[in-house]
Amino acid sequence: MATVNLETLKAGETATIAAVHTDRALSYRLAALGFRIGNRVEVIRLGRFSGPLHVRIGATDIMLRKKEAQKIEVQTVIANHRPE
Amino acid sequence: MKRVALVGMPNTGKSTFFNRATGASARVGNWPGITVDLLGARLLLAGEMVELVDLPGIYDLHGFSDDEQVVRHFLENNPVDLVVIILNATQIERQLSLALQLKQLCLPAVLLLNMADEAKKFGISIDAEKMSTSLEMPVVMLSAKYGNGYQDAHRIITQAIQHSTPIPPEKLQVLLAADDQIESDMEAVLKQTVQVPVQLSDNLTTQLDRLMLHPWLGLPLFFLIMYLLFQAIFLLGKPLQDGVAWLLEAFKQGALEPLLAGLPAALHGLLIEGIYNGVGTVATFVPVIVLFFLFMALVEDSGYLSRAAFLMDALMAKLGLDGRSFVMMLLGFGCNVPALMGTRVMRSRNLRLLTMLVIPFSLCSARLQVFVFITAAIFSPKAAPLVLFSLYLFSFAAAFITALLFKNRFQNNEPFILELPPYRFPTLRQMVLRGWHEVRHFLSRASKFIIAGVVLVWLLTHFPQNAAPGSIDTWAGMIGHFMEPVLAPIGIDQHLAIALIFGFVAKEIVVGSLAVIYGLEGSALTGMMAQQLDWVQAYSFMLFTLIYTPCLSTIATIRSESKSIPYTSFAVAFPLGLAWLLSFAFYQTARALGY
Repeated sequence: MATVNLETLKAGETATIAAVHTDRALSYRLAALGFRIGNRVEVIRLGRFSGPLHVRIGATDIMLRKKEAQKIEVQTVIANHRPE
Repeated sequence: MKRVALVGMPNTGKSTFFNRATGASARVGNWPGITVDLLGARLLLAGEMVELVDLPGIYDLHGFSDDEQVVRHFLENNPVDLVVIILNATQIERQLSLALQLKQLCLPAVLLLNMADEAKKFGISIDAEKMSTSLEMPVVMLSAKYGNGYQDAHRIITQAIQHSTPIPPEKLQVLLAADDQIESDMEAVLKQTVQVPVQLSDNLTTQLDRLMLHPWLGLPLFFLIMYLLFQAIFLLGKPLQDGVAWLLEAFKQGALEPLLAGLPAALHGLLIEGIYNGVGTVATFVPVIVLFFLFMALVEDSGYLSRAAFLMDALMAKLGLDGRSFVMMLLGFGCNVPALMGTRVMRSRNLRLLTMLVIPFSLCSARLQVFVFITAAIFSPKAAPLVLFSLYLFSFAAAFITALLFKNRFQNNEPFILELPPYRFPTLRQMVLRGWHEVRHFLSRASKFIIAGVVLVWLLTHFPQNAAPGSIDTWAGMIGHFMEPVLAPIGIDQHLAIALIFGFVAKEIVVGSLAVIYGLEGSALTGMMAQQLDWVQAYSFMLFTLIYTPCLSTIATIRSESKSIPYTSFAVAFPLGLAWLLSFAFYQTARALGY
């Protein structure tokens, strides 16, 4: 199962964060908001005119630009994979 | 199948190592004892299939963050043949504790010191062999990024796994019993004492977002909400304003005039026509300002501001700004000064400078008071809210044009990430407290300028003594006459010119100074202005007031935040030029069209 950039996901898709390729300062901020390896991220919606992504990690809603989303590597998961 | 667990602190290049070691073969799996997914991969080591599991990055094996609990539970429930510890060589003195904590659990382990290249650059030298002896585990220097030392790492992992025997999880459970005890105690205390709100509110947020952030409706809704807000301020504010004006007039006629009747004419004039009329006219705007801040507090605390940032970010990105710049602009509608200071959250200096250049175009509460006064005097009650709304649009337009013009000079590539908090309806108490706080701030700032301002205006419009008050022969008239070649083409007469000059110090003075200049107040003042000005002149005056320097405090703040005098001079000169050009274009076009 190959990894893709978070930016390539469509609205409604869920994936698991595999890697965060940013400089250290940004990666700390991302980690504080929940962008940690292994966390599941759901793309809620995409802004119009190639605007930002609205994603959800756990109970936190976050917006980030496509440029930053490109630096986040995710692994798409099958929806019913996780026992709830 | 043997199992290797990868443990390390966050940002040590653990996942880079994992990716390198496993290629693209990783999969997400469920593991006993934990509820989150972990990445695992199978690889061939010394002719044997081995499973490599990437555990979350942690700072402390005995910590109680989610990730730290996950690592502990994994080790307690899954037999592990070898732990590969990855630490950042440049921070080894802080990070070595994790290796020692794992060693205490008697887990077979190897230690990889990553970022060896960087450590070398910093002049940190590590004797891996000696460290290996004192830790009683193999130690290898590594640069996962460049692949240096990767072969050594592969070798020692292969060696270690051949000779290792897994520690039964039960034994780890005994060793970690103290942590487990804390976890269960923690849970018990939380369960009994802490109420976490039900998910209902989150659903509400999701549904509201579906509407508020709708791809097509989101932006029109945003502007509609803003428009309704200003309508409401006008609708509720007008009767209150009239009430305050009536009270002030009654007090003057009933108490002040008889009391001061015995004073010399000049002093009587200064006190009544100068200070009382000037300050009184400003005071009638307090209800509107209070309402404005009450509504702004509602918007700000509801969580809608970050939604506005989301909606506007695509456009802001094209202007070289970001959603935060937009939020600061909106906050600038209260007062530019805190909005300018709010740009401190931006790390890129260029982004800050560009944002600080556009914030002063935000129609702040002091300017709002001028516009409410003039629109009420010149325009019909039906047209007034529309006129005011159009000024808000001009406020945005001036900011956007400026950003477009200068975005190349202030280029930046600052990342933009923002949390979208759930929608909350602020309590009335919160709103009132916030509104009151802002009003007090406005009044304390305003009172500093208003009394000094109106006194100065009164002197300028009443001296030299032989000149008729407010006439062309007074000092104010002379200044107005001197400025005429510049201000006549934009329709600003000498009365308004004086008000503009004082408006440079603070917009709070403008209305008070108009009362002093005309020597009238209340309905008499508005009646006089309606007689002397037509709507084209009035609108041109408002455009100029909107765009030129907001006040001295703003300039002082720009200076202290940018720490650059050339930049500050530019931030004053450019809006002045833009204000004149816009007013000129408006005034001349309107006149050419026959208005």
